[in-house]
Amino acid sequence: MIAPRTLFDKLWDAHVIVAQEHGDTLLWVDRHFVHEGSHHAFAKIGARGMPVARPDLTFGVADHYVPTRGRAGTAAIPDATVRGMVEKLEANTKRHGVRLFGLDDPAQGIVHVVGPERGLTLPGTLVVCGDSHTATHGALGAYSFGIGASEVAHVLATQTIWQRKPKNMRIRVDGRLAPGLTAKDMILAVIAEIGTDGAVGHAVEYAGAAVRALSIEGRLTLCNMSIEAGARTGMVAPDETTIAYLRGRPSVVSGAAFDRAAAEWLALAGDDGAQFDKDVSLDADKIAPTVTWGTSPEHALPVTAAVPDPAGIADVAKAAHVADAIAYMGLKAGQAISSIPIDRVFIGSCTNSRIEDLRAAAAVLAGRKAKVPGLVSPGSSQIKVQAEQEGLDRIFTAAGLEWAASGCSMCVGMNGDLVASGERCASTTNRNFKGRQGEGARTHLMSPAMVAAAAVAGTIADVRPMLEGRM
Amino acid sequence: MEPFKSLTAVACPLPFANIDTDQIVPARFMSTPRSAGYGGFLFHDRRRGADGQPTGAFPLDKPERASAKIIVAKRNFGCGSSREAAVYALMDFGIRCAIAPSFGEIFGGNSLSNGLLNARVSERDADVLLAELEAGLLDLRVDLDAQSITGGKAPIPFEIDPAAKLRLINGWDDVQMTLSFKDQITAFQKRDAVERPWVKPV
Ligand code: SF4
Repeated sequence: MIAPRTLFDKLWDAHVIVAQEHGDTLLWVDRHFVHEGSHHAFAKIGARGMPVARPDLTFGVADHYVPTRGRAGTAAIPDATVRGMVEKLEANTKRHGVRLFGLDDPAQGIVHVVGPERGLTLPGTLVVCGDSHTATHGALGAYSFGIGASEVAHVLATQTIWQRKPKNMRIRVDGRLAPGLTAKDMILAVIAEIGTDGAVGHAVEYAGAAVRALSIEGRLTLCNMSIEAGARTGMVAPDETTIAYLRGRPSVVSGAAFDRAAAEWLALAGDDGAQFDKDVSLDADKIAPTVTWGTSPEHALPVTAAVPDPAGIADVAKAAHVADAIAYMGLKAGQAISSIPIDRVFIGSCTNSRIEDLRAAAAVLAGRKAKVPGLVSPGSSQIKVQAEQEGLDRIFTAAGLEWAASGCSMCVGMNGDLVASGERCASTTNRNFKGRQGEGARTHLMSPAMVAAAAVAGTIADVRPMLEGRM
Repeated sequence: MEPFKSLTAVACPLPFANIDTDQIVPARFMSTPRSAGYGGFLFHDRRRGADGQPTGAFPLDKPERASAKIIVAKRNFGCGSSREAAVYALMDFGIRCAIAPSFGEIFGGNSLSNGLLNARVSERDADVLLAELEAGLLDLRVDLDAQSITGGKAPIPFEIDPAAKLRLINGWDDVQMTLSFKDQITAFQKRDAVERPWVKPV
């Protein structure tokens, strides 16, 4: 009898080509996404004169550098560096016969939004991309992880990757999220609980009733931030929600072939009795709207809490770290988080830019005005069209926010969408590192509904009272 | 890739936990081709004050640490973004070995691809090393084969995955390594096309 296997064990086993004695294992890659930042890797295979091994399994997406305002084709991008990055991706994908979701493609968007949306990401597939948030795709039951430029070059050249098998970790969230709370609150609460290195060396499977109850959009948000807990990957076992999401998507098989595939996907769920090396569990009922106050995603607290006081922390190094974060963020120890004034808001990024996220923010903003400026950038050009059909764009603009095109935008600021030095931004993104949204920028991470609440209040605010009568 | 056997060099203490790759190299430098050199971007914003000038306060800017080839940090070094540029910045600055209790995993893979040794030590040993360096110790010797760090009061053992050790010591290139398994890769593709027909994008 074979020992019971976890979802991750099954995904791993299905991709092993060569397992070496010392643990290095050569795995087959089913989907490889490249973006503007992959120029180093293309240069590497170019220097060796190597072709792309499987252009049919490689997909280019223009997202990290693309402009989100005044978009009028690559040639019209005013900044020469930005234009050069988009042009390089166009040239590299063209030369190697790789399908590109380019600047003017109606299917363009952020790589981790486009993959699931097109049905390119499937349960049971191994997905890599030169981007640390690749674990997002695990929401569909895929084994997905971020890789560096040399590894991107290796995958381009061989369609394989060397890995050591991570350990199994399960994060269970049982119970039920309160109304107005989302997957973002859930994952911030998880990271606050286990720390930014709490899952290092592990493949995380999210489980439990509160996870099952999430839509695929919510699961994508959840898996997206796995890297912020140090995990190699994050995933949710495929279920009927997964199958319903995938049916009819453009790149997925259809008819009887789909039904056969769906049966295989459902069988990927972990076996009864499968063992995890690490198990963590949280109660969804105890999760409150969660925001970060500091410079690490683990600096997350309920909106009703106060900025911690380093004087109360016994561990000297930790106290110094907290004091440093408070100083960078321009806050005071003991200050109520819900009173912190903000300068701008950003709704977007691969964490929270899907249609459900935009609807949640719009539900708060409808009929209200934002006290601060802000930018809303949908996760894909398709989501942009859908949101406009639903009238969400008009709610954002009526509130005083700017409605832009799709891309990584202010998540990382590579395209020039930056938060000014010293400015404080309520943001739906995934990293509040020093300087992440621009040199000297201060970032508070939270859900789209919470960002909308902050826009209306002009300070970080609890969204729950603002939702009364609206849900 | 150049093989890594042992290294005796100036070591620099970076007594911080969770040093993310955004700090090691800010995103705005990443459009630069590698040939232009990334050394000047290393810890760019952390080394500079509000006026954009180096403050001289960052450990790597101390004159006696300017030639450091080894850095010692606290837990979770290199976490965050997958940017291999972080490793380029360290290598182009001259760093060949990073010592810490734990590393970001993508950073670990990137280090391996470029021949940068990540030596895992216990949290206690990291603190001991940091204290000795901050008290004035300059040189450390890192021996990969023996997995030991000497130069301080007592030798300190370090951990590394056996496969990574083999690759570093031999300077193996991963693409070459993979191509030696060409037949297995072809066989896998054949079998897989039958077993998982739904993988092929429509
Ligand atoms: S939106 Fe942000 S986190 Fe997501 S892929 Fe783009 S830069 Fe990375």
